[in-house]
Amino acid sequence: MNIQIKNGHLIDPKNQIDGLHDLFIVAGKVAAIGSAPAGFVAQQVIDATGLVVAPGLIDLAARLREPGYEYKATLESEMDAAVAGGITTLACPPDTDPPLDEPGLVEMLKHRARALNKAHVYPVGALTYGLKGAKLTEMAELADAGCIAFSQADAALTDTRVLMRAMQYAATFGFSVWLRPQDSFLARDGVAHDGEVARLGLPAIPVCAESIALSTMLQLAREAGVRLHVCRISSAEGVALVRAAKQQGLALTCDVSANHVHLSEMDIGFFNANCHLVPPLRSQRDRDALHAGLLDGAIDAICSDHTPVDEDAKQLPFAEAEAGATGLELLLPLALKWAKHGRRALADGLAKITLQPARILGLDAGHLSVGAAADVCVFDPDKYWKVESAALKSQGKNTPFIGMELQGRVRYTLVDGQLIYQSKACQ
Amino acid sequence: MNNPQLNKHGELQHLLSTEGLPAPILRNILDTAASYMSVAEGRDIKKLPLLHGKSIFNIFFENSTRTRTTFEIAAKRLSADVVNLNIGSSSASKGETLLDTVDNLCAMHADMFVVRHSQSGAAHLIAKHVAPEIHVINAGDGRHAHPTQALLDMFTIRHYKKEFHNLRVAIIGDILHSRVARSQIHALTTLGVPEVRVIAPKTLLPSCVDKLGVRVYHDMTQGLRDVDVVMMLRLQNERMQDAVLPSAQEYFKYYGLTQEKLVLAKTDAIVMHPGPMNRGVEIDSSVADGTQSVILPQVTFGIAVRMAVMSTLAGVGQ
Repeated sequence: MNIQIKNGHLIDPKNQIDGLHDLFIVAGKVAAIGSAPAGFVAQQVIDATGLVVAPGLIDLAARLREPGYEYKATLESEMDAAVAGGITTLACPPDTDPPLDEPGLVEMLKHRARALNKAHVYPVGALTYGLKGAKLTEMAELADAGCIAFSQADAALTDTRVLMRAMQYAATFGFSVWLRPQDSFLARDGVAHDGEVARLGLPAIPVCAESIALSTMLQLAREAGVRLHVCRISSAEGVALVRAAKQQGLALTCDVSANHVHLSEMDIGFFNANCHLVPPLRSQRDRDALHAGLLDGAIDAICSDHTPVDEDAKQLPFAEAEAGATGLELLLPLALKWAKHGRRALADGLAKITLQPARILGLDAGHLSVGAAADVCVFDPDKYWKVESAALKSQGKNTPFIGMELQGRVRYTLVDGQLIYQSKACQ
Repeated sequence: MNNPQLNKHGELQHLLSTEGLPAPILRNILDTAASYMSVAEGRDIKKLPLLHGKSIFNIFFENSTRTRTTFEIAAKRLSADVVNLNIGSSSASKGETLLDTVDNLCAMHADMFVVRHSQSGAAHLIAKHVAPEIHVINAGDGRHAHPTQALLDMFTIRHYKKEFHNLRVAIIGDILHSRVARSQIHALTTLGVPEVRVIAPKTLLPSCVDKLGVRVYHDMTQGLRDVDVVMMLRLQNERMQDAVLPSAQEYFKYYGLTQEKLVLAKTDAIVMHPGPMNRGVEIDSSVADGTQSVILPQVTFGIAVRMAVMSTLAGVGQ
């Protein structure tokens, strides 16, 4: 199918395009930008007047909840949510039930996702069997089955010798290891930042739980020569350690959850369980450091950390309520909010959710070069909309942003040159 | 942020915490409690008909004999019907969720819940969930708050010291795990106490405790100097298992209240304790039973204060 997206403001951070250009798509790929290729006859024309035409978004952390937690969310519901959020590629963490530690599970997940024909799904394999932190998984087999990296998700890996060997083994094959730094002893039973929120009497997780675990993994990664990706950084100290390690030349990337870019411990208010997140929301000083880390590149990417939780699991006292928030449909407006707050161009906000995550994943995606897959997100950058549970496509209805007005609304999403999603306003 | 304890007219809807309550509301409860003291003391008939026909459910997810009893007495003196439920031994162990339990009790036409739960925020969760005509009193949630204890402590202080604005108050012991301490600190600062001190080893203090408006001491001999009110906290035995403290003996030596340490406070200082006491751990018997101790009057005042809270919530107080 030949598609012309006309009159849109095309922004492609990788190719540094930022202006009014038409986009021409032929056979699922970008065929031309600006003027139509020879002999092009549009079979479908999308009028993007007043809209931004950007590469499809790439999310580094989206829990789809399959297999094992289908009562919280299904592939169907979450893939709908992804494309409604303009996300055309996503990586899912291995903390399913059972965890993604067997090639068969990964193949099944890839197969299910492909059959739905929505966003591209890249599973992150378990680093250790059952995420138990003891035995290495068959990483090479898992990679053949489709795993793009290896991770412990939020499970602890306390044995530093196992961690070192997991890194060495991954490095052997050139796989990257994704880890969220948290010392499990210091964090034991904790559910909130060890700061002013102590007034609520919630068991705390101190910042040093992050910085100690991060220091350990940075040293081991240097030793093992592995590509390390630090997930969900949450503190000023953590950002400083990542920045310093990058300056020393370590092969290191880092992401932050969109929630943590905008929220702090104060948002917990009187025990708002929607703010029960992993890692915990930290102080305003930490949040400012996350902002600054994104500005100077210490933090490469923003992810949704999408974690659909069933309503019952949130209707409990704060510490007993399950952690996590829905996020796929909020990634774009929250990234744009960061750019606006940091007085950066729209393109800089988009880079954190297109170009940079593509680099971390090692994918040729997240851009609109001629010949690239036509994964496209067309959005209204000015549109304000109110986040309402019932209107979210995700089966997860909980987010700290419920009731808030956010700016930036997806209108059309194309995957491989097919129009997969269009908002009601455009139908 | 909306204060979940107040209705849209700024009146007390629930009592969940002393944090964020305006001083006039706290003073009004203390004044109402003072008027009820005579009911307990001076008269043959101890009952008032203010809550006649109202059903009050004491739902205790955590064991407590004394707090539950004082709430029960308070409700009965106001002529309410009282139902006591020890959920720890029934629904929760059958897998029923907290809010399902509450819904069932609402269906039995409860007017007021008195809730104790081991999780911080449990009372807030219930208050957010119930219909607007139902009132919730937090009788202790996790490490968060125990507002009626703090109010009876304020009543006790006012009874003996008359004013708040000229006092130096020290709270001693396990601040980190104490819902009582958090509620005391908020109540004291709201009522205008100019100097609130906390005295404890670092393992028993939350980080940022200074942000609550208190001065931090680690040494009893410095922290007790010239204080008007000494508020002791209970030390749970499990703190020794959790690598928080080495032993009860060492704790008593450095943080237990003895006559030798008490002389550092003002000569007319009063000594308080929320109970139940661990004699020889946080307080010496000679102090607990001594002339400066007001620990038993605290218990008596507790009934009047809980009556005042219940009648204020029901809109029939002073």
